[in-house]
Amino acid sequence: MNLGDMKPKKILGSNEIEIILNRLSYQLIEDFNSFEETVLIGIQPRGANLVKKISGLIDFLNPDNNLKLGFLDITFFRDDFRRSKKVLNASSTQLEFSVENKTVVLVDDVLFTGRSVNSALNAIQSFGRPKAIKLLILIDRRFSRELPIQPDYCGLQVDSRLNQKVIVNCKKYDVYDSVYLINDDNG
Amino acid sequence: MDDLSVNNLLGIKYLNTDDLKLIFKTADNFKEVINRKIKKVPSLRDITIANLFFENSTRTKLSFELAQKRLSADVLNFSSSGSSISKGETLIDTVNNILSMKVDMIVMRHPSPGASVFLSKNIDSCIINAGDGTHEHPTQALLDAYSLQEKIGYLENKNILIVGDIMHSRVALSNIFAYQKLGANVTVCGPKSLIPNYISSLNVKVEIDFKKALNNSDAVNMLRIQNERMSETYFPSIREYVQQYGLTKDILDSIDRKIIVMHPGPINRGVEITSEVADSEQAIILDQVENGVAIRMAVMYLLASKLK
Repeated sequence: MNLGDMKPKKILGSNEIEIILNRLSYQLIEDFNSFEETVLIGIQPRGANLVKKISGLIDFLNPDNNLKLGFLDITFFRDDFRRSKKVLNASSTQLEFSVENKTVVLVDDVLFTGRSVNSALNAIQSFGRPKAIKLLILIDRRFSRELPIQPDYCGLQVDSRLNQKVIVNCKKYDVYDSVYLINDDNG
Repeated sequence: MDDLSVNNLLGIKYLNTDDLKLIFKTADNFKEVINRKIKKVPSLRDITIANLFFENSTRTKLSFELAQKRLSADVLNFSSSGSSISKGETLIDTVNNILSMKVDMIVMRHPSPGASVFLSKNIDSCIINAGDGTHEHPTQALLDAYSLQEKIGYLENKNILIVGDIMHSRVALSNIFAYQKLGANVTVCGPKSLIPNYISSLNVKVEIDFKKALNNSDAVNMLRIQNERMSETYFPSIREYVQQYGLTKDILDSIDRKIIVMHPGPINRGVEITSEVADSEQAIILDQVENGVAIRMAVMYLLASKLK
Protein backbone atom coordinates (compact mmCIF):
# COMPACT_ATOMS: atom_id res chain seq x y z
CA MET A 1 0.00 0.00 0.00
CA ASN A 2 1.65 3.18 -1.13
CA LEU A 3 0.24 5.88 1.08
CA GLY A 4 2.31 8.52 -0.72
CA ASP A 5 1.55 12.09 0.28
CA MET A 6 -2.02 11.39 1.36
CA LYS A 7 -1.10 12.23 4.95
CA PRO A 8 -2.48 9.06 6.44
CA LYS A 9 -3.74 9.13 9.99
CA LYS A 10 -3.10 5.99 12.00
CA ILE A 11 -6.26 5.02 13.85
CA LEU A 12 -5.18 1.68 15.27
CA GLY A 13 -1.93 -0.20 15.76
CA SER A 14 -1.47 -3.95 15.90
CA ASN A 15 -1.76 -4.18 19.72
CA GLU A 16 -4.97 -2.20 19.77
CA ILE A 17 -6.44 -4.31 16.97
CA GLU A 18 -5.52 -7.46 18.88
CA ILE A 19 -7.32 -6.18 21.99
CA ILE A 20 -10.40 -5.24 19.97
CA LEU A 21 -10.54 -8.60 18.20
CA ASN A 22 -10.18 -10.40 21.53
CA ARG A 23 -13.05 -8.37 22.92
CA LEU A 24 -15.23 -9.15 19.88
CA SER A 25 -14.38 -12.85 20.19
CA TYR A 26 -15.35 -12.85 23.88
CA GLN A 27 -18.63 -11.13 23.00
CA LEU A 28 -19.40 -13.83 20.42
CA ILE A 29 -18.53 -16.60 22.89
CA GLU A 30 -20.72 -14.95 25.51
CA ASP A 31 -23.68 -14.74 23.12
CA PHE A 32 -23.30 -18.02 21.25
CA ASN A 33 -21.46 -20.30 23.68
CA SER A 34 -20.37 -23.36 21.69
CA PHE A 35 -21.62 -22.07 18.32
CA GLU A 36 -23.91 -25.08 17.93
CA GLU A 37 -26.52 -23.05 16.03
CA THR A 38 -24.33 -20.17 14.88
CA VAL A 39 -22.11 -19.77 11.81
CA LEU A 40 -19.56 -17.08 11.03
CA ILE A 41 -19.49 -15.86 7.44
CA GLY A 42 -16.86 -13.46 6.13
CA ILE A 43 -17.84 -11.14 3.28
CA GLN A 44 -15.30 -11.50 0.48
CA PRO A 45 -12.70 -10.32 0.00
CA ARG A 46 -11.63 -8.54 3.20
CA GLY A 47 -14.12 -10.04 5.62
CA ALA A 48 -12.60 -13.44 4.82
CA ASN A 49 -9.32 -12.70 6.58
CA LEU A 50 -11.08 -11.15 9.52
CA VAL A 51 -13.40 -14.10 10.03
CA LYS A 52 -10.42 -16.48 9.92
CA LYS A 53 -8.62 -14.39 12.51
CA ILE A 54 -11.67 -14.27 14.79
CA SER A 55 -12.34 -17.98 14.49
CA GLY A 56 -8.71 -18.60 15.43
CA LEU A 57 -9.15 -16.46 18.55
CA ILE A 58 -12.39 -18.23 19.45
CA ASP A 59 -10.67 -21.61 19.06
CA PHE A 60 -7.93 -20.40 21.39
CA LEU A 61 -10.26 -18.87 23.99
CA ASN A 62 -12.87 -21.59 23.89
CA PRO A 63 -11.41 -24.74 22.30
CA ASP A 64 -14.55 -26.79 22.81
CA ASN A 65 -16.70 -25.26 20.10
CA ASN A 66 -18.54 -26.31 16.93
CA LEU A 67 -17.82 -23.15 15.03
CA LYS A 68 -18.42 -23.31 11.30
CA LEU A 69 -16.78 -20.81 8.97
CA GLY A 70 -17.84 -19.65 5.55
CA PHE A 71 -16.89 -17.08 2.94
CA LEU A 72 -19.52 -15.25 0.94
CA ASP A 73 -18.87 -13.47 -2.33
CA ILE A 74 -21.40 -10.72 -3.01
CA THR A 75 -20.18 -9.52 -6.42
CA PHE A 76 -23.16 -10.79 -8.40
CA PHE A 77 -25.56 -9.27 -5.87
CA ARG A 78 -24.05 -5.80 -5.78
CA ASP A 79 -26.24 -2.87 -6.77
CA ASP A 80 -23.46 -0.94 -8.51
CA PHE A 81 -22.94 -3.35 -11.44
CA ARG A 82 -22.54 -1.20 -14.59
CA ARG A 83 -22.49 1.87 -12.37
CA SER A 84 -18.97 1.60 -11.03
CA LYS A 85 -15.96 2.59 -13.11
CA LYS A 86 -14.37 -0.84 -13.13
CA VAL A 87 -15.64 -4.34 -13.79
CA LEU A 88 -16.62 -6.13 -10.60
CA ASN A 89 -14.53 -9.29 -10.39
CA ALA A 90 -15.75 -12.03 -8.12
CA SER A 91 -13.99 -13.95 -5.37
CA SER A 92 -15.04 -17.43 -4.32
CA THR A 93 -17.96 -18.39 -2.12
CA GLN A 94 -17.29 -21.27 0.24
CA LEU A 95 -20.26 -22.32 2.31
CA GLU A 96 -20.12 -26.02 3.03
CA PHE A 97 -23.25 -25.91 5.18
CA SER A 98 -26.85 -24.75 5.04
CA VAL A 99 -27.72 -21.58 6.92
CA GLU A 100 -31.32 -22.76 7.37
CA ASN A 101 -32.44 -21.92 10.91
CA LYS A 102 -28.93 -20.92 11.96
CA THR A 103 -27.84 -17.61 13.39
CA VAL A 104 -25.48 -16.10 10.84
CA VAL A 105 -22.85 -13.61 11.95
CA LEU A 106 -21.69 -11.66 8.90
CA VAL A 107 -18.15 -10.36 9.27
CA ASP A 108 -16.49 -7.51 7.38
CA ASP A 109 -13.64 -5.14 8.09
CA VAL A 110 -15.22 -1.75 7.35
CA LEU A 111 -18.88 -0.66 7.38
CA PHE A 112 -19.36 2.45 5.26
CA THR A 113 -22.52 3.01 3.16
CA GLY A 114 -24.06 -0.32 4.13
CA ARG A 115 -24.48 -1.38 0.51
CA SER A 116 -22.07 -4.35 0.72
CA VAL A 117 -23.90 -5.65 3.76
CA ASN A 118 -27.20 -5.17 1.96
CA SER A 119 -25.85 -7.25 -0.94
CA ALA A 120 -24.66 -9.88 1.52
CA LEU A 121 -28.14 -10.03 3.08
CA ASN A 122 -29.54 -10.73 -0.39
CA ALA A 123 -26.80 -13.21 -1.30
CA ILE A 124 -27.13 -15.25 1.87
CA GLN A 125 -30.72 -16.08 0.99
CA SER A 126 -29.47 -18.39 -1.77
CA PHE A 127 -28.21 -20.69 0.94
CA GLY A 128 -31.36 -20.99 3.05
CA ARG A 129 -33.41 -18.96 5.51
CA PRO A 130 -31.33 -18.11 8.57
CA LYS A 131 -32.99 -17.78 11.96
CA ALA A 132 -31.26 -14.45 12.44
CA ILE A 133 -28.45 -12.45 10.91
CA LYS A 134 -25.99 -10.40 12.98
CA LEU A 135 -23.26 -8.09 11.78
CA LEU A 136 -19.72 -7.86 13.10
CA ILE A 137 -17.55 -5.00 11.91
CA LEU A 138 -13.99 -3.98 12.79
CA ILE A 139 -14.37 -0.31 11.80
CA ASP A 140 -17.72 1.44 11.65
CA ARG A 141 -17.62 4.68 9.63
CA ARG A 142 -20.69 6.07 11.33
CA PHE A 143 -22.74 8.96 9.89
CA SER A 144 -21.99 7.78 6.32
CA ARG A 145 -24.70 5.17 5.94
CA GLU A 146 -26.91 5.16 2.84
CA LEU A 147 -29.08 2.30 4.09
CA PRO A 148 -30.59 1.52 7.51
CA ILE A 149 -27.91 -0.99 8.51
CA GLN A 150 -26.06 -1.00 11.83
CA PRO A 151 -23.52 -3.41 13.33
CA ASP A 152 -24.32 -5.70 16.26
CA TYR A 153 -20.65 -6.12 17.14
CA CYS A 154 -18.37 -3.21 16.48
CA GLY A 155 -14.61 -2.85 16.90
CA LEU A 156 -14.26 0.90 16.66
CA GLN A 157 -16.47 3.74 15.49
CA VAL A 158 -14.72 6.29 13.29
CA ASP A 159 -15.88 9.68 12.13
CA SER A 160 -14.71 10.30 8.58
CA ARG A 161 -15.47 12.43 5.58
CA LEU A 162 -16.83 10.96 2.34
CA ASN A 163 -13.58 11.65 0.47
CA GLN A 164 -11.58 9.67 3.02
CA LYS A 165 -10.81 5.98 3.00
CA VAL A 166 -10.21 3.53 5.82
CA ILE A 167 -7.37 1.14 5.06
CA VAL A 168 -7.06 -2.00 7.14
CA ASN A 169 -3.58 -3.42 6.69
CA CYS A 170 -3.38 -7.15 7.09
CA LYS A 171 -0.04 -8.79 6.34
CA LYS A 172 -1.04 -12.39 6.57
CA TYR A 173 -4.59 -13.50 7.16
CA ASP A 174 -4.10 -13.53 10.91
CA VAL A 175 -1.67 -10.65 11.38
CA TYR A 176 -3.37 -7.27 11.52
CA ASP A 177 -0.87 -4.43 11.35
CA SER A 178 -2.73 -1.18 11.46
CA VAL A 179 -5.77 0.81 10.44
CA TYR A 180 -5.27 4.12 8.63
CA LEU A 181 -7.56 6.93 7.60
CA ILE A 182 -6.40 8.50 4.34
CA ASN A 183 -7.58 11.25 2.03
CA ASP A 184 -8.74 9.73 -1.24
CA ASP A 185 -9.40 12.63 -3.56
CA ASN A 186 -9.30 10.37 -6.63
CA GLY A 187 -11.94 8.07 -5.24
CA MET B 1 -6.88 -8.40 -16.55
CA ASP B 2 -10.15 -7.35 -15.01
CA ASP B 3 -11.88 -6.27 -18.19
CA LEU B 4 -12.47 -7.85 -21.61
CA SER B 5 -10.59 -6.30 -24.53
CA VAL B 6 -13.71 -6.51 -26.72
CA ASN B 7 -17.27 -5.15 -26.59
CA ASN B 8 -18.78 -8.02 -28.62
CA LEU B 9 -18.06 -11.73 -28.79
CA LEU B 10 -17.83 -12.30 -32.52
CA GLY B 11 -15.19 -15.01 -32.55
CA ILE B 12 -12.30 -16.42 -30.54
CA LYS B 13 -10.03 -14.87 -33.16
CA TYR B 14 -10.75 -11.43 -31.68
CA LEU B 15 -9.98 -12.38 -28.06
CA ASN B 16 -6.60 -12.42 -26.38
CA THR B 17 -5.26 -14.92 -23.87
CA ASP B 18 -6.11 -12.67 -20.91
CA ASP B 19 -9.71 -12.48 -22.13
CA LEU B 20 -9.91 -16.28 -22.13
CA LYS B 21 -8.45 -16.47 -18.63
CA LEU B 22 -10.83 -13.81 -17.33
CA ILE B 23 -13.83 -15.62 -18.83
CA PHE B 24 -12.67 -18.91 -17.26
CA LYS B 25 -12.13 -17.31 -13.86
CA THR B 26 -15.56 -15.71 -13.96
CA ALA B 27 -17.07 -19.02 -15.11
CA ASP B 28 -15.57 -20.67 -12.00
CA ASN B 29 -17.65 -18.29 -9.89
CA PHE B 30 -20.80 -18.90 -11.90
CA LYS B 31 -20.29 -22.66 -11.77
CA GLU B 32 -20.43 -22.36 -8.00
CA VAL B 33 -23.60 -20.26 -8.35
CA ILE B 34 -25.42 -22.78 -10.57
CA ASN B 35 -24.67 -25.55 -8.12
CA ARG B 36 -26.41 -23.70 -5.30
CA LYS B 37 -29.91 -24.54 -4.19
CA ILE B 38 -31.04 -21.15 -5.47
CA LYS B 39 -29.20 -20.76 -8.74
CA LYS B 40 -30.08 -17.20 -9.59
CA VAL B 41 -28.17 -13.94 -9.13
CA PRO B 42 -29.57 -10.47 -9.85
CA SER B 43 -26.59 -9.04 -11.81
CA LEU B 44 -28.36 -8.50 -15.17
CA ARG B 45 -31.79 -7.61 -13.83
CA ASP B 46 -31.88 -4.36 -15.83
CA ILE B 47 -30.69 -5.95 -19.09
CA THR B 48 -32.82 -7.32 -21.92
CA ILE B 49 -31.29 -9.89 -24.24
CA ALA B 50 -32.71 -11.09 -27.55
CA ASN B 51 -31.80 -14.57 -28.78
CA LEU B 52 -32.00 -14.53 -32.56
CA PHE B 53 -31.78 -18.01 -34.00
CA PHE B 54 -31.84 -18.04 -37.78
CA GLU B 55 -30.71 -21.66 -37.70
CA ASN B 56 -31.76 -24.70 -35.66
CA SER B 57 -30.27 -25.23 -32.23
CA THR B 58 -31.11 -27.19 -29.10
CA ARG B 59 -28.18 -27.07 -26.69
CA THR B 60 -26.84 -23.61 -27.46
CA LYS B 61 -30.26 -21.97 -27.39
CA LEU B 62 -31.29 -23.63 -24.12
CA SER B 63 -27.90 -22.98 -22.59
CA PHE B 64 -27.95 -19.27 -23.47
CA GLU B 65 -31.52 -18.89 -22.26
CA LEU B 66 -30.82 -20.66 -18.99
CA ALA B 67 -27.67 -18.57 -18.46
CA GLN B 68 -29.67 -15.39 -19.08
CA LYS B 69 -32.37 -16.44 -16.65
CA ARG B 70 -29.80 -17.38 -14.00
CA LEU B 71 -28.44 -13.83 -14.36
CA SER B 72 -31.99 -12.37 -14.02
CA ALA B 73 -31.94 -10.83 -17.50
CA ASP B 74 -35.15 -10.38 -19.46
CA VAL B 75 -35.15 -12.67 -22.48
CA LEU B 76 -36.71 -12.40 -25.93
CA ASN B 77 -36.61 -15.44 -28.17
CA PHE B 78 -36.78 -15.27 -31.92
CA SER B 79 -36.47 -18.01 -34.47
CA SER B 80 -36.53 -17.38 -38.19
CA SER B 81 -39.21 -19.92 -38.99
CA GLY B 82 -42.57 -18.18 -38.92
CA SER B 83 -40.96 -14.72 -38.84
CA SER B 84 -40.95 -11.80 -41.26
CA ILE B 85 -37.63 -13.02 -42.67
CA SER B 86 -39.71 -15.10 -45.05
CA LYS B 87 -41.44 -11.88 -46.16
CA GLY B 88 -38.14 -10.46 -47.38
CA GLU B 89 -36.96 -8.35 -44.44
CA THR B 90 -33.19 -7.85 -44.26
CA LEU B 91 -31.08 -8.92 -41.29
CA ILE B 92 -30.23 -5.34 -40.34
CA ASP B 93 -33.89 -4.30 -40.49
CA THR B 94 -34.96 -7.26 -38.38
CA VAL B 95 -32.33 -6.55 -35.74
CA ASN B 96 -32.93 -2.79 -35.72
CA ASN B 97 -36.63 -3.43 -35.17
CA ILE B 98 -35.83 -5.65 -32.23
CA LEU B 99 -33.39 -3.09 -30.83
CA SER B 100 -36.12 -0.42 -31.03
CA MET B 101 -37.87 -2.41 -28.36
CA LYS B 102 -35.00 -1.40 -26.02
CA VAL B 103 -32.98 -4.59 -26.19
CA ASP B 104 -29.43 -4.32 -24.78
CA MET B 105 -27.74 -7.41 -26.12
CA ILE B 106 -28.14 -9.72 -29.12
CA VAL B 107 -27.24 -13.40 -29.17
CA MET B 108 -27.31 -14.56 -32.77
CA ARG B 109 -26.99 -17.81 -34.66
CA HIS B 110 -27.00 -17.50 -38.41
CA PRO B 111 -26.30 -19.85 -41.34
CA SER B 112 -24.06 -17.30 -43.11
CA PRO B 113 -20.37 -17.14 -42.12
CA GLY B 114 -19.52 -13.63 -40.92
CA ALA B 115 -23.14 -12.67 -40.16
CA SER B 116 -22.34 -11.46 -36.65
CA VAL B 117 -19.29 -9.47 -37.80
CA PHE B 118 -21.45 -7.89 -40.51
CA LEU B 119 -24.11 -7.04 -37.96
CA SER B 120 -21.61 -5.54 -35.53
CA LYS B 121 -20.46 -3.14 -38.24
CA ASN B 122 -23.98 -2.02 -39.00
CA ILE B 123 -25.75 -1.76 -35.67
CA ASP B 124 -24.88 -0.25 -32.32
CA SER B 125 -25.45 -3.02 -29.82
CA CYS B 126 -23.57 -5.76 -28.02
CA ILE B 127 -23.51 -8.93 -30.13
CA ILE B 128 -22.67 -12.47 -29.12
CA ASN B 129 -22.07 -14.93 -31.91
CA ALA B 130 -23.83 -18.21 -31.16
CA GLY B 131 -22.54 -19.78 -34.37
CA ASP B 132 -22.29 -18.26 -37.84
CA GLY B 133 -22.34 -20.81 -40.62
CA THR B 134 -19.01 -22.58 -41.06
CA HIS B 135 -17.10 -19.71 -39.44
CA GLU B 136 -17.00 -19.54 -35.61
CA HIS B 137 -18.86 -20.74 -32.53
CA PRO B 138 -16.94 -18.94 -29.80
CA THR B 139 -18.92 -19.94 -26.70
CA GLN B 140 -18.62 -23.61 -27.70
CA ALA B 141 -14.84 -23.29 -27.95
CA LEU B 142 -14.72 -21.49 -24.61
CA LEU B 143 -16.68 -24.22 -22.87
CA ASP B 144 -14.64 -26.93 -24.60
CA ALA B 145 -11.35 -25.41 -23.48
CA TYR B 146 -12.72 -24.69 -20.00
CA SER B 147 -14.00 -28.26 -19.57
CA LEU B 148 -10.74 -29.70 -20.80
CA GLN B 149 -8.70 -27.46 -18.52
CA GLU B 150 -10.84 -28.63 -15.63
CA LYS B 151 -9.83 -32.23 -16.40
CA ILE B 152 -6.18 -31.99 -17.42
CA GLY B 153 -5.03 -28.64 -16.06
CA TYR B 154 -3.53 -25.78 -18.02
CA LEU B 155 -3.50 -26.49 -21.73
CA GLU B 156 -0.04 -25.09 -22.36
CA ASN B 157 1.96 -27.59 -24.43
CA LYS B 158 -0.88 -30.11 -24.36
CA ASN B 159 -1.66 -31.91 -27.62
CA ILE B 160 -5.25 -31.64 -28.73
CA LEU B 161 -6.75 -33.47 -31.66
CA ILE B 162 -9.85 -32.39 -33.59
CA VAL B 163 -11.34 -35.10 -35.76
CA GLY B 164 -13.95 -35.09 -38.51
CA ASP B 165 -15.54 -32.50 -40.73
CA ILE B 166 -13.03 -29.71 -40.21
CA MET B 167 -14.11 -27.91 -43.37
CA HIS B 168 -17.75 -27.31 -42.44
CA SER B 169 -17.38 -27.11 -38.66
CA ARG B 170 -17.44 -23.73 -36.93
CA VAL B 171 -16.55 -25.57 -33.73
CA ALA B 172 -13.28 -26.67 -35.32
CA LEU B 173 -12.14 -23.17 -36.22
CA SER B 174 -13.08 -21.64 -32.85
CA ASN B 175 -11.49 -24.59 -31.06
CA ILE B 176 -8.24 -24.15 -32.98
CA PHE B 177 -8.05 -20.46 -32.04
CA ALA B 178 -8.92 -21.09 -28.39
CA TYR B 179 -6.47 -23.94 -27.82
CA GLN B 180 -3.67 -22.08 -29.57
CA LYS B 181 -4.26 -18.94 -27.51
CA LEU B 182 -3.96 -21.11 -24.41
CA GLY B 183 -0.64 -22.50 -25.63
CA ALA B 184 -1.75 -25.95 -26.80
CA ASN B 185 -0.64 -27.77 -29.96
CA VAL B 186 -3.52 -28.56 -32.26
CA THR B 187 -3.75 -31.38 -34.78
CA VAL B 188 -6.68 -31.92 -37.10
CA CYS B 189 -7.57 -35.27 -38.56
CA GLY B 190 -10.13 -36.40 -41.13
CA PRO B 191 -10.54 -37.30 -44.77
CA LYS B 192 -8.41 -35.04 -46.96
CA SER B 193 -11.56 -33.82 -48.69
CA LEU B 194 -12.85 -32.43 -45.38
CA ILE B 195 -9.64 -30.59 -44.43
CA PRO B 196 -9.82 -27.02 -45.76
CA ASN B 197 -6.91 -25.60 -47.76
CA TYR B 198 -6.50 -22.63 -45.41
CA ILE B 199 -5.55 -24.96 -42.56
CA SER B 200 -1.86 -24.56 -43.39
CA SER B 201 -2.11 -20.87 -42.53
CA LEU B 202 -3.35 -21.66 -39.01
CA ASN B 203 -0.20 -23.37 -37.76
CA VAL B 204 -2.11 -26.60 -37.25
CA LYS B 205 -0.74 -30.08 -37.84
CA VAL B 206 -2.70 -32.24 -40.25
CA GLU B 207 -2.78 -36.01 -39.76
CA ILE B 208 -4.73 -38.36 -41.99
CA ASP B 209 -4.03 -41.51 -39.93
CA PHE B 210 -6.54 -41.43 -37.06
CA LYS B 211 -4.78 -43.95 -34.80
CA LYS B 212 -1.42 -42.29 -35.18
CA ALA B 213 -2.98 -38.93 -34.36
CA LEU B 214 -4.69 -40.30 -31.26
CA ASN B 215 -1.45 -41.78 -29.98
CA ASN B 216 0.08 -38.33 -29.72
CA SER B 217 -2.88 -36.61 -28.08
CA ASP B 218 -3.99 -35.66 -24.58
CA ALA B 219 -7.55 -35.02 -25.70
CA VAL B 220 -9.69 -35.52 -28.76
CA ASN B 221 -12.69 -33.51 -29.91
CA MET B 222 -14.91 -35.62 -32.18
CA LEU B 223 -16.95 -33.58 -34.64
CA ARG B 224 -20.15 -34.46 -36.42
CA ILE B 225 -20.37 -34.73 -40.20
CA GLN B 226 -22.25 -31.58 -41.17
CA ASN B 227 -24.45 -33.13 -43.85
CA GLU B 228 -26.67 -30.06 -43.92
CA ARG B 229 -23.76 -27.91 -45.14
CA MET B 230 -22.58 -30.34 -47.85
CA SER B 231 -23.66 -29.69 -51.38
CA GLU B 232 -21.54 -32.48 -52.83
CA THR B 233 -20.09 -35.84 -51.77
CA TYR B 234 -16.88 -35.56 -49.74
CA PHE B 235 -16.30 -39.24 -48.95
CA PRO B 236 -17.49 -42.51 -50.52
CA SER B 237 -19.88 -43.62 -47.77
CA ILE B 238 -20.71 -43.15 -44.10
CA ARG B 239 -19.65 -46.77 -43.58
CA GLU B 240 -16.18 -46.07 -44.92
CA TYR B 241 -15.93 -42.89 -42.86
CA VAL B 242 -16.88 -44.78 -39.70
CA GLN B 243 -14.24 -47.42 -40.42
CA GLN B 244 -11.50 -44.84 -40.75
CA TYR B 245 -12.52 -42.06 -38.37
CA GLY B 246 -15.13 -43.46 -35.98
CA LEU B 247 -13.96 -43.54 -32.36
CA THR B 248 -14.59 -46.96 -30.80
CA LYS B 249 -13.73 -48.52 -27.47
CA ASP B 250 -11.25 -50.86 -29.21
CA ILE B 251 -9.33 -47.92 -30.64
CA LEU B 252 -9.30 -46.08 -27.30
CA ASP B 253 -8.09 -49.24 -25.52
CA SER B 254 -5.33 -49.75 -28.06
CA ILE B 255 -3.77 -46.40 -27.14
CA ASP B 256 -1.27 -46.51 -24.31
CA ARG B 257 -2.60 -43.34 -22.64
CA LYS B 258 -5.97 -42.29 -21.29
CA ILE B 259 -7.13 -39.45 -23.44
CA ILE B 260 -10.10 -37.20 -22.77
CA VAL B 261 -12.94 -37.50 -25.28
CA MET B 262 -15.04 -34.45 -26.12
CA HIS B 263 -17.98 -33.89 -28.44
CA PRO B 264 -19.83 -30.61 -29.00
CA GLY B 265 -23.11 -32.40 -29.78
CA PRO B 266 -25.39 -33.38 -31.30
CA ILE B 267 -23.86 -36.84 -31.35
CA ASN B 268 -24.46 -39.22 -34.20
CA ARG B 269 -23.99 -42.38 -32.18
CA GLY B 270 -22.34 -45.10 -34.20
CA VAL B 271 -20.91 -42.64 -36.72
CA GLU B 272 -18.13 -40.42 -35.34
CA ILE B 273 -18.33 -41.99 -31.88
CA THR B 274 -19.83 -45.23 -30.53
CA SER B 275 -22.27 -45.24 -27.63
CA GLU B 276 -19.76 -47.14 -25.55
CA VAL B 277 -17.22 -44.34 -25.89
CA ALA B 278 -19.73 -41.49 -25.57
CA ASP B 279 -20.98 -42.93 -22.28
CA SER B 280 -17.54 -43.92 -20.96
CA GLU B 281 -15.59 -42.32 -18.14
CA GLN B 282 -13.15 -40.81 -20.58
CA ALA B 283 -15.91 -38.77 -22.23
CA ILE B 284 -16.68 -35.35 -20.72
CA ILE B 285 -19.59 -34.58 -23.03
CA LEU B 286 -22.09 -33.83 -20.26
CA ASP B 287 -19.51 -31.80 -18.31
CA GLN B 288 -19.20 -29.68 -21.44
CA VAL B 289 -22.95 -29.05 -21.40
CA GLU B 290 -22.95 -28.12 -17.70
CA ASN B 291 -19.99 -25.80 -18.16
CA GLY B 292 -21.73 -24.23 -21.16
CA VAL B 293 -24.17 -22.46 -18.88
CA ALA B 294 -21.40 -21.13 -16.60
CA ILE B 295 -19.30 -19.97 -19.56
CA ARG B 296 -22.23 -18.19 -21.17
CA MET B 297 -23.11 -16.52 -17.87
CA ALA B 298 -19.51 -15.33 -17.62
CA VAL B 299 -19.47 -13.99 -21.19
CA MET B 300 -22.76 -12.12 -20.79
CA TYR B 301 -21.82 -10.78 -17.35
CA LEU B 302 -18.48 -9.45 -18.60
CA LEU B 303 -19.95 -7.95 -21.78
CA ALA B 304 -22.90 -6.44 -19.91
CA SER B 305 -20.49 -4.64 -17.59
CA LYS B 306 -19.20 -2.80 -20.67
CA LEU B 307 -22.62 -1.65 -21.86
CA LYS B 308 -23.10 2.09 -21.74
